[in-house]
Amino acid sequence: MIFLERKMNLKDIFYETYTALAANKVRSGLTILGIVIGIGSVIAMVSIGEGAKVQIQTSIESLGSNLLTILPGVVQPGRGIVSSGRGAAQTLDNDDSEIIQTIDGVAAVAPEVSRRFQVIAPTGNNTNTTVTGADPVFMNVRNLVLAEGSFITDSGVRGLGREAVLGATVAQDLFGEGAQVVGETIRINRINFRVIGLLEPKGGFGFSGPDDMIIVPVTTMQKILAGVDYLSTISVSVTDKNRMNEVRDSINAILTEKHRVDEPDFSIISQEDILGTLSQVINTFTMFLASIAGISLVVGGIGIMNMMLTTVTERTREIGLRKAIGATKKDINRQFLAEAVLLTFVGGFLGIALGWAISFGVTALGLVQTSVSLYSVFLAFGVSAAIGIIFGYYPARKASSMNPIDALRYE
Amino acid sequence: MIEIKNITKTYKTGPMEFQALAGVSFKIASGEFVAIMGPSGSGKSTLMHIIGALDKPTTGQYFLGGQNMSALSENELADIRKNKIGFVFQQFNLLPRTSVLRNVMLPLVYAGLNSADRKVQSEIALKAAGLDESHFKHMSNQLSGGQIQRVAIARALVNNPALILADEPTGNLDSKTGEIVLNTFKKLNQEQGRTIILITHERDVAQHARRVIHIKDGLIESDTGQL
Ligand SMILES: Nc1ncnc2c1ncn2[C@@H]1O[C@H](COP(=O)(O)OP(=O)(O)O)[C@@H](O)[C@H]1O
Ligand SMILES: [Mg+2]
Repeated sequence: MIFLERKMNLKDIFYETYTALAANKVRSGLTILGIVIGIGSVIAMVSIGEGAKVQIQTSIESLGSNLLTILPGVVQPGRGIVSSGRGAAQTLDNDDSEIIQTIDGVAAVAPEVSRRFQVIAPTGNNTNTTVTGADPVFMNVRNLVLAEGSFITDSGVRGLGREAVLGATVAQDLFGEGAQVVGETIRINRINFRVIGLLEPKGGFGFSGPDDMIIVPVTTMQKILAGVDYLSTISVSVTDKNRMNEVRDSINAILTEKHRVDEPDFSIISQEDILGTLSQVINTFTMFLASIAGISLVVGGIGIMNMMLTTVTERTREIGLRKAIGATKKDINRQFLAEAVLLTFVGGFLGIALGWAISFGVTALGLVQTSVSLYSVFLAFGVSAAIGIIFGYYPARKASSMNPIDALRYE
Repeated sequence: MIEIKNITKTYKTGPMEFQALAGVSFKIASGEFVAIMGPSGSGKSTLMHIIGALDKPTTGQYFLGGQNMSALSENELADIRKNKIGFVFQQFNLLPRTSVLRNVMLPLVYAGLNSADRKVQSEIALKAAGLDESHFKHMSNQLSGGQIQRVAIARALVNNPALILADEPTGNLDSKTGEIVLNTFKKLNQEQGRTIILITHERDVAQHARRVIHIKDGLIESDTGQL
């Protein structure tokens, strides 16, 4: 305690620092502004990135719970799921779908065949959209909700029924907003289909999004519309989230054996895979934005250094005087370092407010649902303090190592 | 109290060398009031900086209160300045935009005193330096030259130093105000027994001291000696 008492206390350092900065309000303010912009943009960028990640997570989870998607062909590692040979490869068929049904842990299997067709409504409107052939289980496996009417029925599948369920966007394109669609007839590839149901809009971004889709019985799709016997996707719903890997391995083994191939000629993708890939993309993007913002932070730091160097030169005589009346090197060093750190701290505080305001604005405009994490706020404070110390270090050292005689003689 | 033995000081600026002190020796006892007099450029300030522990001699020895000053580190010299020496300069004596009281307190701030003691000691010092209480809360730039030097004297007094050094303290003042400031030093010497070294190039000013050391071209020309 006696040792501590011999030093300048914190209150004195704060007093000296405040007086010095307040003496030149405009200059201090402009320097602080540099830090405000730097910290503010880092916070805003990170919050936008985090928000986008959360949004994509929710929309992928809404695709269906415990969902495994089997695609024909091999997904190239490193090129992501987007480059699947979907449509090109024809390695999945109805027997595959049936054999997967027998695997332990599988709750439901929904075979699908998708193609794009020209669709015409009696109103004369027409659209080019994805037509998916599916089973009745498709609705549950893919978490779809009916707004009106009924979904594809077993009898429809057995009897090659000409029945169709419309996604919300397709319905709007064909019949206009709010029109009665159930009971109407549409022409897909010049064949008449009766509309039996309408789906609730699902929104979100589309990974084969159901809003822009027409669903027909899978048999009708294969035999009548497309004239093929293969499947373009098999969606598998697993009984328990913890059994996802086990079921995936079983499917892999059984299909590989059944297809008599050494390496799988199909790919199994879980939501986690999609989530992982997309999160990685977004993380990279966020990092990129944050580093650009980080550059402005460094520029702000250089502003601090510039101001502190000017201050040290201007106050040369003051430094000499302080040394003459007993200030040690350490006292002077701490005083100037404290000035730099106070500048960055105030800048950091206002910067967090600015970043918060920007991300609030982005949310309010409905662009992205942003979230400012406590973690990024702490990080911003840490970074601004560090910038104060790093960029204040050299000017403070310059001040403290001044020879008192030279400082007093300085004109 | 002060013993200076054959001190020299050589300034080097690039290839140029300049000897400001060429071998100076004297002793000053506690309680003396000494004027160091000499023409401009004779080395007075250089000598004062060495006595005041702001600078070190090139050769020679300096003892303050029996302590060999050449052996001390930079931090130890700062400690000596803080505890044993009070300075009054010719100009730029006070911190701008800072109150009178805060200016006087500054040595105590660096000494780590608590705020209550600081205030009490500073007010005592200001009164001893003859500044009217109505000015205590004024900013340093609201004062006249004479008042500034009184505040500077108070600041030099505030930590009860053994030695007060004043380098041309009246150099920027008119003769009447200068007289008042010099009388303040005189009073401090006579009433409080403080050791004072006054540096000046004016004979009138030197006459206030009880002993005068004349210095010219870095050498002592004459010394009236202890009276
Ligand atoms: N830091 C320095 N560097 C170089 N020369 C100096 C320095 N300080 C003082 N001098 C020179 O030393 C001589 C004595 O200076 P000084 O002690 O200030 O004289 P005085 O105070 O008697 O006028 C002068 O010629 C001055 O130019
Ligand atoms: Mg001088």
